[in-house]
Amino acid sequence: MNDGTHAMSILIRLQNIKKMYQMGSEEVHALRGLNVEIKKNEYVAIMGPSGSGKSTLMNIIGCLDTPSSGMYELNGTNVSDMNDNQLARVRNKEIGFVFQTFNLLARSDVLHNVELPLIYGGVGGGERKRLARESIARVGLTDRAHHKPNELSGGQRQRVAIARALVTHPSILLADEPTGNLDSKTGDEIMGLFDVLHKEGNTIIIVTHEEEIAAHAHRRIRIRDGHIEHDEPVTDRRIIHHDIAASA
Amino acid sequence: MEFSEVFRIALSAIRANKLRSVLTLLGIVIGVFSIIGVMTAVRVLQNGIESGLSNLGANTFQIQKFPVMANREERIKARNRKDITLVQAEYLLYRITTATLVGIESYDHGNVIQSLSGEKTNPNVPVFGENPQGLPTNNWIVEHGRGLTEQDMRTGGHVVVLGMDIVSKIFPGIPAEGAVGQFVKIRGKRYQVIGVFEKKGAALGGRDDNFAAIPLPVFLENFDRDRSLNIMIKAKSPEIYEDCVEEARFLLRTVRKVDPGKPDDFDIFSNDSMIATFDSFTKYVKMGVAFISFISLLAAGVGIMNIMLVSVSERVKEIGIRKAIGARKSNILTQFLTEAVVLCQIGGFIGIGVGILAGNLAALFLEIPPIFPVDWAIFAVVLCSIIGIAFGVYPAWKAANLDPIEALRYE
Ligand SMILES: Nc1ncnc2c1ncn2[C@@H]1O[C@H](COP(=O)(O)OP(=O)(O)OP(=O)(O)O)[C@@H](O)[C@H]1O
Ligand SMILES: [Mg+2]
Repeated sequence: MNDGTHAMSILIRLQNIKKMYQMGSEEVHALRGLNVEIKKNEYVAIMGPSGSGKSTLMNIIGCLDTPSSGMYELNGTNVSDMNDNQLARVRNKEIGFVFQTFNLLARSDVLHNVELPLIYGGVGGGERKRLARESIARVGLTDRAHHKPNELSGGQRQRVAIARALVTHPSILLADEPTGNLDSKTGDEIMGLFDVLHKEGNTIIIVTHEEEIAAHAHRRIRIRDGHIEHDEPVTDRRIIHHDIAASA
Repeated sequence: MEFSEVFRIALSAIRANKLRSVLTLLGIVIGVFSIIGVMTAVRVLQNGIESGLSNLGANTFQIQKFPVMANREERIKARNRKDITLVQAEYLLYRITTATLVGIESYDHGNVIQSLSGEKTNPNVPVFGENPQGLPTNNWIVEHGRGLTEQDMRTGGHVVVLGMDIVSKIFPGIPAEGAVGQFVKIRGKRYQVIGVFEKKGAALGGRDDNFAAIPLPVFLENFDRDRSLNIMIKAKSPEIYEDCVEEARFLLRTVRKVDPGKPDDFDIFSNDSMIATFDSFTKYVKMGVAFISFISLLAAGVGIMNIMLVSVSERVKEIGIRKAIGARKSNILTQFLTEAVVLCQIGGFIGIGVGILAGNLAALFLEIPPIFPVDWAIFAVVLCSIIGIAFGVYPAWKAANLDPIEALRYE
């Protein structure tokens, strides 16, 4: 069937996704029926005003949250009715999360932070260390492997978070305002890293307020009030060529 | 997820809050310490009593110069007592009316027994000099050959009855009855084996079968003469046991010329009375300790639960992060449960260590060998695990069921 190859390249399929929160007697509709398809190796920026539902959408895509209704297919499997353990497994294997506030374990060094997803994935000692070091090298932090997060700059912390997200070779990288806590120069560096990762074949979804940041992506989805307002290719693309290792 | 990893995480969490952890442990340490300390001490004392007793049978009591359970001071005091001589013992033997058996014995530790073909025992054999009645009062039963007789006493014949362990050691490869009639050497003298004792094993209060008995006169002639004798007396019936004790006391006081109003210059005891007194005493001690330990461990458990709840609420963010990158509920549950159990276990091990040291102070004081109460140590370890699990499960369950998004948003 001709349709087969087309369906294969679709990584994320959201159909009529709704999310509703009960606040006492009042119902808050964070998402009001979203339909999105994202293919492999797309580079998507999600934009929209505060409270429009961007994080809610990211959490659903990242399997941290489940929709109130609608269907979510990831890599051809329906995840909208998975149980907690199955979702944890998907998060571990398929999703790499990068947060605005880095969310590293403060008491653990860089290496252990990056190893963590592999620990929960059941990857054993030697192989785990090797993969973690490889991932740390990709973000250019090899010489910081035994530092604690509080001994690193904001940009370096975000690199650690990216290394942690990459270490399991996930299907998607999700970044919710990854540059929100960084100055613009450091933010540029991080975006340069995402650009490289995209070029290497990763699928990336970034939530951002800033047009500058969104300009790195190939596709821009604007959300307002839980609806998709625009979904269009980025025309004014901005490309920064960075030597990652040198900028560490 | 491997256990070593879980364990490492637990240890690092405990180490991150050293002072708090130590304070929390303290309750566990005290609870376990009191159990282990007292149980060790009780067992040390029990050993002290049992090693001081020979295997007296029912309705049998023993008279000797030295007290059985005594501290150094009492022992030194007893040294000034006159020895119990053969004349005194026989005075009692011929005059007592309420007894069926009067055994008279002396003994010497650390002998070597050698067969003529050169097989030797270790130099640790106690040799007992016994009169004929000494064998039954000690509950020694002759299995092969014969025991000691009046004739052996009179003729001064060098004969010996051997314990089973000695027979198998120095007459290897031949059946026990084959030893009867053979010759052995003790302290350079030849003795003919006339009998072999029935195997006793190391049953309750029993000693092993590594000993030998020779006629008392031969013993007194060949071993140190200035030894005080022990007298073992079996009452005719349980009903007149007390009378028998009193009669023996009276006779011995008379022959030893103890002034009326002065205390006995000898000690009287029986297995039954010693153990019964000791047990009834320790029963209350044990009950008291069980109660105190229970209360302190309960308090400690509540402390553990409290600290674990604090720990969970301090680490909500961490839990969110772990969940976001793929930790399951069971991973989080195990992590916090392990932390609680490890915390308890550290306290438990400290309590066991200190408790054993403290309990063995009794051994030091009474000059008896120290002990390691393996069973109680295991009990304490199991108990600590149970406390850790029982009081850790709710905080751990709470942690495991946190919503990942809420947890991540927590500041
Ligand atoms: N747990 C919750 N309970 C109730 N309402 C919620 C909850 N989480 C989100 N909401 C509501 O859902 C809507 C969307 O929230 P969301 O966090 O997705 O916004 P956002 O687009 O990420 O905003 P921002 O740019 O400020 O991060 C908001 O109106 C918010 O108040
Ligand atoms: Mg948001």
